[in-house]
Amino acid sequence: MSDRMLTMAEALREAMGIAMEERPEVFILGEDIGIYGGAFGVTGDLYHRFSPLRVLDTPISELGIVGAAVGAALSGMRPIVEIQFSDFTAQAMDQIANQAAKIHFMLGGALHVPLVLRTPQGSGTGAAAQHSQNLETWFANVPGLKVVVPSNPADAKGLLLSAIDDPNPVIFLEHKLLYKIPGRDPVPEGAIRIPLGVSKVVRTGKDLTLVATGIMVNKAFEVTEKLEAEGISITLIDPRTISPLDMSPILESVEKTGRLLVVQEGPSHGGFINEVIARVSESSSFGSLIAPIKRLAGMNIPIPYAPQLEKAAVPQVADIEVAARNLVKEWR
Amino acid sequence: MVAQSLLMGHPLSSPDHARHALLYMYRIRKFEEAVEDLFGRGMMHGTMHLSIGQEAGPTGMCLALRLEDQITSTHRGHGHCIAKGADLTRMMAELLGKKIGYCGGRGGSMHIADAETGNLGANGVVGGGIPIAVGAALASKMQHKGTVAVSFFGDGAMNEGAFHEAANLAAIWKLPVILFCENNHYGMSSSTEKAFAIDRLADRGLGYGIPGVTVDGNDVVAVYEASEAAVARARNGEGPTLIEAITYRWKGHSRSDKNLYRSKEEIDEWKDLDPIPKFIHRVLEANLLRQDEIDAIQKQATDQIIEAVNNAAAAESAEPSGLLEAVFKAVSA
Repeated sequence: MSDRMLTMAEALREAMGIAMEERPEVFILGEDIGIYGGAFGVTGDLYHRFSPLRVLDTPISELGIVGAAVGAALSGMRPIVEIQFSDFTAQAMDQIANQAAKIHFMLGGALHVPLVLRTPQGSGTGAAAQHSQNLETWFANVPGLKVVVPSNPADAKGLLLSAIDDPNPVIFLEHKLLYKIPGRDPVPEGAIRIPLGVSKVVRTGKDLTLVATGIMVNKAFEVTEKLEAEGISITLIDPRTISPLDMSPILESVEKTGRLLVVQEGPSHGGFINEVIARVSESSSFGSLIAPIKRLAGMNIPIPYAPQLEKAAVPQVADIEVAARNLVKEWR
Repeated sequence: MVAQSLLMGHPLSSPDHARHALLYMYRIRKFEEAVEDLFGRGMMHGTMHLSIGQEAGPTGMCLALRLEDQITSTHRGHGHCIAKGADLTRMMAELLGKKIGYCGGRGGSMHIADAETGNLGANGVVGGGIPIAVGAALASKMQHKGTVAVSFFGDGAMNEGAFHEAANLAAIWKLPVILFCENNHYGMSSSTEKAFAIDRLADRGLGYGIPGVTVDGNDVVAVYEASEAAVARARNGEGPTLIEAITYRWKGHSRSDKNLYRSKEEIDEWKDLDPIPKFIHRVLEANLLRQDEIDAIQKQATDQIIEAVNNAAAAESAEPSGLLEAVFKAVSA
């Protein structure tokens, strides 16, 4: 067992390098991913390790490059597209939502689109409203797309390897604040894959079930440690793949704890976590609840610029802590 | 009837080539007449976009293609599909919502694809297929396959961002792709005069470093000659070509169209330029086929369409029970 600690950027780069060594049909395309190494340094030295054709720099043409990736995927290649900021997927949405997502179903299964679209998302960098959204919910609402939201380097590597293997379009949403920090767990060497569609129980407790995605898993983990000292024990679940969604560990945990707190960075209105809540509400586990379900999500506003405004717009550790403590203390 | 391998070559190079070109133009015409009839009688569902009057474009272009060459098509795509060699029964069955249809009844007229003939699919989004064809050409280049990709699109698509982004990528990467614009003068009701400030749409190629050729899109010979040159250029690694084929759709944009934006006289003028008699004239002049042989080809096409309609009508309907299948392709172990 390796004890290597990597950052998420390093882990993602390692996964892409392994996939490119394994399969000649894997290639990366995107803006500034070559010599520059990617806007967030994720592709790094891959341009030098492979060839300019396999780490293909593109003009600023999101619609064109996603469309080219769709066409290449239909023709025997396995493209990994990097879109520099997830906000810019809006430029490419026809190719993502109307083409890539629908082709397999719409054509009765005749063709398929093995494509990975990697893109950084989320707030916290002071880049304001057009570079800071969390778009998990957009993509999770499109049938035909798989949506992966890794919260740590080890998962990011294993999930990306599986995403590249997958015969379907996979949207891989990386939180940009996680790129440069090492995870809590070491990253295994080699081609260790983590299957898509399997939720991870990060830690187990008896008082509260806490479900969080992406960077919120890290914030929630801090809270679980802090509250453990106060005698509140929490089960923390990271779905990792929000579409398809593996609900079983969530339902099982709710039956044990009787309390549910769900946390996402994106705005609450129509948000992905509402789906988690709905599924719990529809299930027999609902009868185990001894407290109202609580959700924490981003405010229903575009992400603002100034640091104090930006922080106020999305759940922070203190918000999760208060919500978790109150849920346990007020409902006994 | 199974998908046939494609005959390639100049439509006037032999009686077989002339027969092929004529048969395919008739097939497209008769297929769409049958579709219009079925709609009119309430036997077909949804909407339809007919390309009657435009048959020379896809026929001439596809005579320059090999079976393994790829195409992307449009909402007005029956002609491209047939010209590339699709099975007529499976096409008709798709429009009739049958299980044996190309998409099992999930796609309908606007989404027929046929992996066996390199048809990556018609497309309900204007311009949606252009970047996809560019990607197919990128894959061909990366895999050294020697195939070319053709994107068929209308004049309307040339004002979509997808055209511009795809054209630029094709040019900078010198991809084996042909951008085939069927300029039928109208994007739904918007005339090219209203939608463009240039007269010759092929001039748009210049801005991307792509040669632009304008041809009579109702002349299957002219279309073939331009297509063959573009394909040779692409296979030779010299990059993309933009072909503008000037043509006209006789029918409305779709079934709801009342033709308020154009005159009956204009439509009649273009009917006089029908690509089929135009080619027949050339064939007779060149003594490639006799009139009785030409009549037999027309009857053959009609019979093939009748057979397709009968087979499709008799086929099993698509059932909702399988709808959750093929949302995702299964992950192989």
